[in-house]
Amino acid sequence: MKLISLASQDKTTSALLTVLLLVSIFIPLCNLLTAADSPLHFSAYTVSLIGKYLTFALLGLSLDLVWGYCGILALGHGAFFALGGYAMGMYLMRQIGARGVYGDPLLPDFMVFLNWKELPWYWFGFNNFGFALLMVVLAPGVLAFRSRVTGVYLSIITQALTYALLLAFFRNEMGFGGNNGLTDFKDILGYNIQSETVRSMLLLLSGGALIVAFLVCRWIVSTKLGRVVTAIRDQESRVRFLGYRVEMFKLWIFVFAAMLAGVAGALYVPQVGIINPSEFSPLNSLEIVIWVAMGGRGTLYGAIVGAVLVNYSKTLLTGLLPDAWLFILGGLFIVVTLLLPDGIVGLLQRKLKGQMA
Amino acid sequence: MNPISENLGFEPPKAVATAWVVDGAIDTRHGPILYMEDVSVSFDGFKALNNMSLYIDEGELRCLIGPNGAGKTTLMDVITGKTRPDSGSVFFGQTINLLKMDEPAIAQAGICRKFQKPSVFDALTVFENLELALKANKSTWHSLFFRLTTEQCDRINDVLLTIGLSGCSQQRAGILSHGQKQWLEIGMLLMQEPKVMLVDEPIAGMTHQEIERTAELLLSLQGKHSLVVVEHDMEFVRSIASKVTVLHEGTVLTEGTMDEVQNDPRVIQVYLGGSC
Ligand SMILES: Nc1ncnc2c1ncn2[C@@H]1O[C@H](COP(=O)(O)OP(=O)(O)O)[C@@H](O)[C@H]1O
Ligand SMILES: [Mg+2]
Repeated sequence: MKLISLASQDKTTSALLTVLLLVSIFIPLCNLLTAADSPLHFSAYTVSLIGKYLTFALLGLSLDLVWGYCGILALGHGAFFALGGYAMGMYLMRQIGARGVYGDPLLPDFMVFLNWKELPWYWFGFNNFGFALLMVVLAPGVLAFRSRVTGVYLSIITQALTYALLLAFFRNEMGFGGNNGLTDFKDILGYNIQSETVRSMLLLLSGGALIVAFLVCRWIVSTKLGRVVTAIRDQESRVRFLGYRVEMFKLWIFVFAAMLAGVAGALYVPQVGIINPSEFSPLNSLEIVIWVAMGGRGTLYGAIVGAVLVNYSKTLLTGLLPDAWLFILGGLFIVVTLLLPDGIVGLLQRKLKGQMA
Repeated sequence: MNPISENLGFEPPKAVATAWVVDGAIDTRHGPILYMEDVSVSFDGFKALNNMSLYIDEGELRCLIGPNGAGKTTLMDVITGKTRPDSGSVFFGQTINLLKMDEPAIAQAGICRKFQKPSVFDALTVFENLELALKANKSTWHSLFFRLTTEQCDRINDVLLTIGLSGCSQQRAGILSHGQKQWLEIGMLLMQEPKVMLVDEPIAGMTHQEIERTAELLLSLQGKHSLVVVEHDMEFVRSIASKVTVLHEGTVLTEGTMDEVQNDPRVIQVYLGGSC
């Protein structure tokens, strides 16, 4: 009930939620109900692409909570996404069982290839879906908790952290598939991961997760905790003198956002079919910041709009001009920060206000 | 010698838990609620406070005056935990060692502060500013599930009335005038129901009328709270103070009524001589 009342608070929110609901219900439904040659039928590629955008939107949303509302410029947020992705990937690897190239019932192919005889201890439990889901939120959560979000150097430290993880996951001895990562997934919960039904379900789940996460974030920022956090963003020391333990509030938001990013990563991996160390690349984390800045920081829906638009442009442009993407992204970022300090959403809102007046 | 060993004849416990404080166990049986003894603070060799001692009684309204740079703000920084002194002791009541506590713990214990530069939360409404300051459990968990009770809501409305901001309770604090921000910050002090209020330059930027109302408000608060007010405006100080402490170069020059202080040759020397 509370969530519903939050959903209908303002026009932008209701519009955004309607679009999200339509996308995540309409597309899977079309695919399940129509034949493959029907004009209403979306290709498996399109379905997974849209599903991927939705997981990026969830990732952007989680960064907006820490950066837009708490003022913590986390430049390593992609690490939490990747960790959630790896936790899901490990479950999917263990689902392969004896169907791998080497046919080992327990060891994933890359371990057989490395001549390993036993499953490393940290791979135990991942054959259980519930355990894997727990790890999807726990691994990012614990890492965020341990990183202690205090001090001026947080931005740099988080960036260094994701770089360190990138290097570590590259190493074969780490036992996460090294350079190649985890891939060749067969099924999820016993269903073929390539099938249209599963892809449609994953899209539906991604949309559902995004909507629920959006409403929960909306609720959080509407509570007193949300106001304390906003106050910390604007005048941290003053909040201390009101008797609030600022570090605890920052940590709470940071850990919660890391968990959301982990969920996004876990939904991303089965849809793209692979997770490898490049997801830890510091550049990825910078891109998330750009999505949020472009969409409009500190609004929650801005992050969603930004993530989808930037990634849609990326899909279009990398097809046309594969080498130019980074320059275009950088250029866009400069244009937006100079000309649109409130992002795309801010621009739209000003336009709407202008029309009404 | 710190006040505890002096009065009780034994050493105070080294670690002071905040739990004592929350219970309201501030021991003021011996009079003062705030003790500062031989406190020194230096910044890069410059002594902002120099062996300064100050005692504030329960319920009194004390004015601190002194030329710019005398160390008035630094003194408040020390009491509220923002600055750690190089030496000396600072006690709240007989038993609570403030030097062992951090800013949130000191605030929760009941020592609250208005800053020299008005610092309210511009992005929040006037009402929300007061709500944040409201005396309550300030943990993350309680903040997440916090709901204003009717009494708390009434309390906020009372304070809004007192500080003359009832009309703009739903406006963002950022658009208030300088004087209104000062009032809002005083309101935030009231919301915390502190034992001790440290008020740094409350009337800067206020109109003559607002100044008069501030004087009335501060006077009405003494007795219920202990107040330490820093102000430059001598007329204003005269209108509220029964006891004035003059600070100069980080140490107490003299203490007494306004008349005594103003006729003290050393004070005249500091105020007039300084400009030569
Ligand atoms: N953080 C600091 N670093 C260096 N010097 C400081 C600092 N804070 C205060 N001071 C110096 O200490 C002296 C006392 O300052 P302050 O307590 O603000 O004086 P007042 O409030 O009485 O005008 C000033 O000379 C000031 O320059
Ligand atoms: Mg000062």
